[in-house]
Amino acid sequence: MNRYPLWKYLVVLVALVIGLIYTLPNFYGEVPAVQVAPVRTTEKVDSALMGRVETVLAQAGIAAQGVSMSERSIKARFANTDTQLKAKDALQAVLGNGYTVALNLLPASPEWLSRLGALPMYLGLDLRGGVHFLMQVDMPKALEKAAERYQGDIRTLLREKKVRYGGIDRQGEAVTLRFSDAATRDEARQAIEATYPDLLLADSETAEGLWLTATLKETAKKQTQEYALQQNLTTLRNRVNELGVAEPVIQQQGVDRVVVQLPGVQDTAKAKEILGRTATLEVRMVDEEAMQDTARVQSATAGQVPFGDEIYYERNGQPVLVKKSVVLTGDYITDAQPGFDNNGQSAVHVNLDGRGARIFKNVTRENVGKRMAILLVEKGKTEVVTAPVIREEIGGGRVQITGMDSVEESKDVALLLRAGALAAPMEIVEERTVGPSLGADNIQKGFNSTLYGFAAIAVFMVIYYQGFGIVSVLALATNMFLLVALLSMLQATLTLPGIAGIALTLGMAIDANVIIAERIREELRNGNSPQAAIAAGYERAWDTILDSNVTTLIAGIALFWLGSGPVRGFAVTLCLGILTSMFSAVSVSRAMVNLTYGRAKRLTKVSI
Amino acid sequence: MIELFHLKRDIPFMRWARSTIYVSLAFILASVVLLATKGLNLGVDFTGGTVMEVGYPGAADVPAIRAVLAKSGYGDAQVQNFGTSSEVLVRLPVKAGVTSAQLSENVMTVLRQADAKVEMRRVEFVGPQVGGELFEDGALALLVVSIGIVIYLALRFEWRFSLGAIFATAHDVFIVLGVWSLFQWEFSLTVLAAVLALLGYSVNDTVVVFDRIRENFRKTRMTDVAAIMDNAKTATLSRTVITSGTTLLMVLAMLFLGGEVLYGFALALAIGIVVGTYSSVLVASPIVMWLGVSREDFIKPPKQEPGAMV
Repeated sequence: MNRYPLWKYLVVLVALVIGLIYTLPNFYGEVPAVQVAPVRTTEKVDSALMGRVETVLAQAGIAAQGVSMSERSIKARFANTDTQLKAKDALQAVLGNGYTVALNLLPASPEWLSRLGALPMYLGLDLRGGVHFLMQVDMPKALEKAAERYQGDIRTLLREKKVRYGGIDRQGEAVTLRFSDAATRDEARQAIEATYPDLLLADSETAEGLWLTATLKETAKKQTQEYALQQNLTTLRNRVNELGVAEPVIQQQGVDRVVVQLPGVQDTAKAKEILGRTATLEVRMVDEEAMQDTARVQSATAGQVPFGDEIYYERNGQPVLVKKSVVLTGDYITDAQPGFDNNGQSAVHVNLDGRGARIFKNVTRENVGKRMAILLVEKGKTEVVTAPVIREEIGGGRVQITGMDSVEESKDVALLLRAGALAAPMEIVEERTVGPSLGADNIQKGFNSTLYGFAAIAVFMVIYYQGFGIVSVLALATNMFLLVALLSMLQATLTLPGIAGIALTLGMAIDANVIIAERIREELRNGNSPQAAIAAGYERAWDTILDSNVTTLIAGIALFWLGSGPVRGFAVTLCLGILTSMFSAVSVSRAMVNLTYGRAKRLTKVSI
Repeated sequence: MIELFHLKRDIPFMRWARSTIYVSLAFILASVVLLATKGLNLGVDFTGGTVMEVGYPGAADVPAIRAVLAKSGYGDAQVQNFGTSSEVLVRLPVKAGVTSAQLSENVMTVLRQADAKVEMRRVEFVGPQVGGELFEDGALALLVVSIGIVIYLALRFEWRFSLGAIFATAHDVFIVLGVWSLFQWEFSLTVLAAVLALLGYSVNDTVVVFDRIRENFRKTRMTDVAAIMDNAKTATLSRTVITSGTTLLMVLAMLFLGGEVLYGFALALAIGIVVGTYSSVLVASPIVMWLGVSREDFIKPPKQEPGAMV
């Protein structure tokens, strides 16, 4: 009665072998590597790039342990972190701006395991060190920006159609226009409706005149918000590429949030600054007329800003009155590089796209002799970087921005302009940073507590249940292997709470074996033969094991569903652990018991 | 054969039922009062704020760190040692106007000026809004788990059992939360995870006893419900104690070796396991009995086939 058919033994054996193979990579550890990937996703990774990497390393006299190519990147392994750092510098110097050169760790497991797809568990940020940001997009700001754009567009449109309006203004998300008579207003309404179907128009009347208020329709609002989020995602991706992070995660979460995870980033201050910066560039004309009148400038600094102007300050505190209408924004920038101007001062060289170049050419042609202000808008603060006099028409879309304080600053500004602007400001609403030394510590702590807990349970089980105790401990060890193998196969992220989940399921998994053992003892006490007692013990225990595990599984699934961050990592291992423990505690231990006792014709004693 | 309990006769658990339930009710009441008056000391995960863990090569001078921070305008920072003397936790409340991202960097700069060898080990910042959401999600998870378990047990057993199990489990959760409130320990996201895991564990423990009660109902001809329950509880006593013991071993290993992150988690589970063991033996089944469970609830009435009626 205690015999398994051959296929059941085979199923257990196959599970054990698979479990062992997929657990193996976790024992090999990792080797330092450098990863080279093109910044633009459209660019292909090919053998030519691999050849270049190899040549660069050979020229620098750095010995790589191997260079491999994947779809997205070239990875070179090194013997130690010193050569890794040297290789990174060498590669960065030669490959330059077109490629992201990042430090990485690669599994050190042998080739045949990698070919089977057996990879080590994916370690979470709390185990490998790094930063996790949850960033919230300021949606009202995105809508305001859209309204700002429409304000400019409507102005141009009405001018083109020669519709005379009294004034155009923006309040929050609404654009308001003033008219002197109803006929003109209707004309304007028709023109706007025809060109911008996304706008909702409303009439109103006050003592000052007739008004037309334009707001975004609900669907357009939604679209604007979606667009803002997508734009921010792209921008963040570009910025992270500039930072040189090996395996960044940048994902949308909910409707207005973005998760950014940067494993292995050491300089968190720099990362925060680059990610959080909302710098955009604006080019506007200086109100020369007002600037010439010192009294007006004086009163402007006191708060009496002339209509249609705004006051900003240069680095040296000099006030500048600029027109409200924006000539050009950072959206038209295709490239920005740090450099020097003719006088050897730090500068940023900016390239504009076709449309931007055309606008710039027109504006400079029409305004020779006047001043143009280049504004850097950041976190609601606007600063005049420089306000040079336009000496001649500038064509070709190549612009030089001077007035940088240092080389560092020109590099930073160039990076921000190159990586693109955020469509709306973002704020970090959650941050979890773990230093690399704590990461290593956490692994050690998690591993130790699991190991000692396991050892204590094993000692107790073997003393208390003897033979059956050994079987239970082996089943528990199998459970651990299967769980680790499953986590490796799914490439689920292992976190410290995840390790706690593994430890807890191991502690609870032994429960099934205890239930079975107690049941067998009871059957023996009731005078059943050993063989019958074993069979009855396993059979009767099954219902109990199922019920008790399903309730824990319900808790685990709810945790996974509603949990976030640390809770989720715990939930994943808890749920998977329950599944593997049901298999190992029942099937694997039964197979062992059957192999030991099943063949004995006259079994008189069971070691339990 | 080593036996923890060598029992010839059933232990009369049910005779003590009235007093054990009173004890439990008293504990639950005390916990509720504590939660209502003192409340939970919610950690930054829920309130928002910043926690920084910094390490020093030698023993850290906590009063000096406090003084340095106070001088730089961080007088509201809580500074304390944990684990070893070289590791320090700094807690900062949410500050209006200062972006969180800069806050930790600023503090780090201040600390570095005082002692250049200080090392940043961990920073956790949670915005107040996110904190509120995490709390809501946690409360929702608690509710969903409870309902899920009630439904499952009602399907597998009987509604009285599911009420008994959920009462015993709520008892455990309340007591753990009560202890947290009493000592004003920090209630973090990981502690919440432990409480939710405890829900699963505690029900698990109770279910094993219930399972045996159900089996006894079906098997024996005894009609005395209390005796049936005593028999089931005595039979499963070894298992209940041993399983709680092994799980506790694992949890204690985490408590002592797992470091700061796992400390609260392991402590909540350790207390919960002890209380849970008590409740699954002494609290859950008296409720089921008083709700009026009887043998008939488990014995299906013989099917009457219409064709057989002649």
